[in-house]
Amino acid sequence: MNARAQSRFGTPELLFGLSVAVLVIVVGVPMLLIFFNAFWVDGHFNVADVITVLRHPETYKALLNSLILSVGVTITGTIVGTFFAWLVTRTDLPFKKTMKLLFLVPFMLPAFIGALAWKMLLSPRAGYINRVFMDVFGFDGPVFNIYTYAGIILVETMYLFPFVFIQVSGALERMDPTLEESARISGADLFTITRKITIPLVMPSILSGSLLIMLYSMAHFGTVAVLGVETGIYNIPTLIYEKIHQSAGSFASIRTATVLATVLVITAALILWLQNRILSKGRYQIIAGKSFRPTELKLRGLRIPLLLLCIAYIGFTIVLPTTTIFLVGGLKTYGLPFTAENMTWSNYNHILFEWDLTRGAIWNSISLGLSAALITMFAGVVISYVIVKMKVRGKGILEFLGMLPFSVPGSVIALGVILAWSGKFGINLYNTVWIILVAYIARYMAFSLKANSAALEQVHDSLVEAARASGATMAQALRDIVVPLVRPGMVAAFFLIFLPALRELTVSVLLYGPTTRTIGVAIYTLNEDGETVYSAALAGIALIIIVLGELLIKRLVSGKNGA
Amino acid sequence: MAYIELRQVTKRFGSVTAVDRLDLEIAKGECVAMLGPSGCGKTTTLRMVAGFDDLDDGEIRVGGKLLSSKRENLYLPPENRNFGMVFQAFAVWPHLSVFENVAFPLRVRKLPRAEIGARTEEALKHTNLLSAANGSPDDLSGGGKQRVALARALAIRPDVMLLDEPLSSLDPHFREEMRFEIKDLQHRFGFSILYVTHDQSEAMALSDRILVMRAGVVQQIGTPLEVYGSPENRFVFEFIGLSCFLHSGLTESGMQIAGITYPWPNSIAPPPGLLANGTGLLAARPTEINFVSEHGIRGKVLRKAYLGETIDYRIRVGDAEVRVQKTRHVPGPAVGDNCGLEFACPHWYPAD
Repeated sequence: MNARAQSRFGTPELLFGLSVAVLVIVVGVPMLLIFFNAFWVDGHFNVADVITVLRHPETYKALLNSLILSVGVTITGTIVGTFFAWLVTRTDLPFKKTMKLLFLVPFMLPAFIGALAWKMLLSPRAGYINRVFMDVFGFDGPVFNIYTYAGIILVETMYLFPFVFIQVSGALERMDPTLEESARISGADLFTITRKITIPLVMPSILSGSLLIMLYSMAHFGTVAVLGVETGIYNIPTLIYEKIHQSAGSFASIRTATVLATVLVITAALILWLQNRILSKGRYQIIAGKSFRPTELKLRGLRIPLLLLCIAYIGFTIVLPTTTIFLVGGLKTYGLPFTAENMTWSNYNHILFEWDLTRGAIWNSISLGLSAALITMFAGVVISYVIVKMKVRGKGILEFLGMLPFSVPGSVIALGVILAWSGKFGINLYNTVWIILVAYIARYMAFSLKANSAALEQVHDSLVEAARASGATMAQALRDIVVPLVRPGMVAAFFLIFLPALRELTVSVLLYGPTTRTIGVAIYTLNEDGETVYSAALAGIALIIIVLGELLIKRLVSGKNGA
Repeated sequence: MAYIELRQVTKRFGSVTAVDRLDLEIAKGECVAMLGPSGCGKTTTLRMVAGFDDLDDGEIRVGGKLLSSKRENLYLPPENRNFGMVFQAFAVWPHLSVFENVAFPLRVRKLPRAEIGARTEEALKHTNLLSAANGSPDDLSGGGKQRVALARALAIRPDVMLLDEPLSSLDPHFREEMRFEIKDLQHRFGFSILYVTHDQSEAMALSDRILVMRAGVVQQIGTPLEVYGSPENRFVFEFIGLSCFLHSGLTESGMQIAGITYPWPNSIAPPPGLLANGTGLLAARPTEINFVSEHGIRGKVLRKAYLGETIDYRIRVGDAEVRVQKTRHVPGPAVGDNCGLEFACPHWYPAD
């Protein structure tokens, strides 16, 4: 009887049950509630009402804006990313390796901090650059107004183009050079080869990168919130924020938010599905076997001008905004010129050591990041183990639920979490730090599952079987064989969650309460309240924490590879 | 008359000399294989002929025209050399159809549409690809892809065909078939072939002459028969075919082989004057060692393996082990037997 009980409720079933429970509670229920709220009115299914909501000028304007902005960013980001990728992989540009690393830096920087910097530089009246042109060169008006579609598109491009850059430079580097050499020996010049052979072959990579840009831009809150709201440019995430925050939980605004969220989810799913198709069907087998270095295009007279262009681009998109943040953070009052007598350390001192709001925000972000990373890392190992190694029926549900947040924008997750944890099921976490933790876990579970599944797939079953054959119990085999081999994947998962969580804005801005601001929320709200100087100082500190964190990972990861 | 001429061709990568003062002449319609272990400089030489790499010294001419020259700092780019080339990894373009792959060299030459069609079809016909013309090369097997590459190289009717290990990515049974196809096409079109391979049987079967390279230096250039039958040094002997070597030396009392002295008179000694300082290496092919009942050098059979048609013996001779291969019809000793061995056509090389 005992044996029978064991066979029905053994460890695999227990683990499976637990995994499903965790994912259903954290991911499944909030998502279902969004659809439920969007389509279920007064006890029955209702599509007409959804259409009414969508036809409301405010709503469709936001939808249209999201579309305009994301398409714009996708086009510019793809051009910029492809061009620089080609430049650092296929030409004799000087300092290519360094340039390649520098082009990846924007990935580390939170876009909303960049947007903040650009607002300080290019807002129509107060922006430093505009003022220099008006005051010094006697221009009548601003040279560039950042509070426009073009401004938002440019700023987002700066921080999102690496999606294309990474994909395309990777493809160009891995591509078999003989594919191009055979075109050369066939008589084609380098221009023809680039047009007829190289670009078509890396087209799937270009497209998949640009779809990622689109996905992120569509769901992007920070830049639009900082630059667009003042002139009434709302996109879907900022309108969701607006609805949730300004109408104190009224049913109509929640409904509008859920409808918007549904549109966002469907669009995101569509984009990811397209990307998946391109990657699986369209990706050519172009990986090299034995290979010589690909022929580099000799830039000749253009070598130095193009190098200067790269340096200018990096200076303009990384150095200038970052410096601005730190400088403004050190000003006695916002708007003063950057002269020595206007500068002070007291802002940094104040936000780090005196002001409870900012100290609390830093503490919240670090503790939330750490707990979310730890919990998600361990849960991710167990769930990945069930998905990859166990032969349990229905594990497809786990995979689906776990990867779902990957395609679900942050604002949607936040909305779902609000619907699920605001007392509907007897638990009210709203305005506490726990609701943010739950949302972080839901949002970052996919990262953990990816890293851990990849690590677990490397651990072949025969390794465990060999341990068992040598006399180890299952527990011993797990402890001595599986865990040590999976540890790098767990470490990777931890940092993949901890660092983005540190700079998170989209989710926490929808969930914060009076005492539960995160760093991102604090920077954002300080800026909204006109405390520009403190906002910049906190942003500067956030940048330092982020860069230190990234450097730490690089060291840890390269140390692992070296050993 | 030489059609392709390489004079003192040299290539350095940093401090390594990848190709060292290589001289080679290839006649019109001749096939020369460059053979050697990986990293010996054969592919680098081919790439210099193709124009992908420049030279650190020397010059390359084809049909009397100077293509690459260090002295004149002249390098005609690959796209202007009008060569056909086939790469190891096929390098067919997956985004173009088979037809478009083959038509590509003609399109970049801006030939009239009708001629492009006719010449592409001709190339496809000669490589048996007509039925696959509109499909994607990704749907073809490795051999099929390599035929596309070959057709693409043929389409411009080149006088020079450069082949960079074109068969080594193929399954063994395709390899032999493709060998014949390449040879066949050469007879039909009369181009010269410079062929890179590390497979000696491929080199033997395909080429009129073989160039054996080692660490950038030419070891021997000759017909397959010359290279196999009279290797110029130990490296060539060892690289082409199976081989075994025995340390030997002349002494007052007799001939010493693998530590055992065979008193005079015996028939083992090399022709007079061959071993300058009295010691050397006796080299033999396993198939060219015979069992004899008397005389000969003495050995003991360690192992015996049936390889189907042949029997492979491992025989301890003095302090060395000798490999002998005989067809199964030749009576041979059993494991543990003592036996006598005789070298049918021994080669002698200086001791190392």
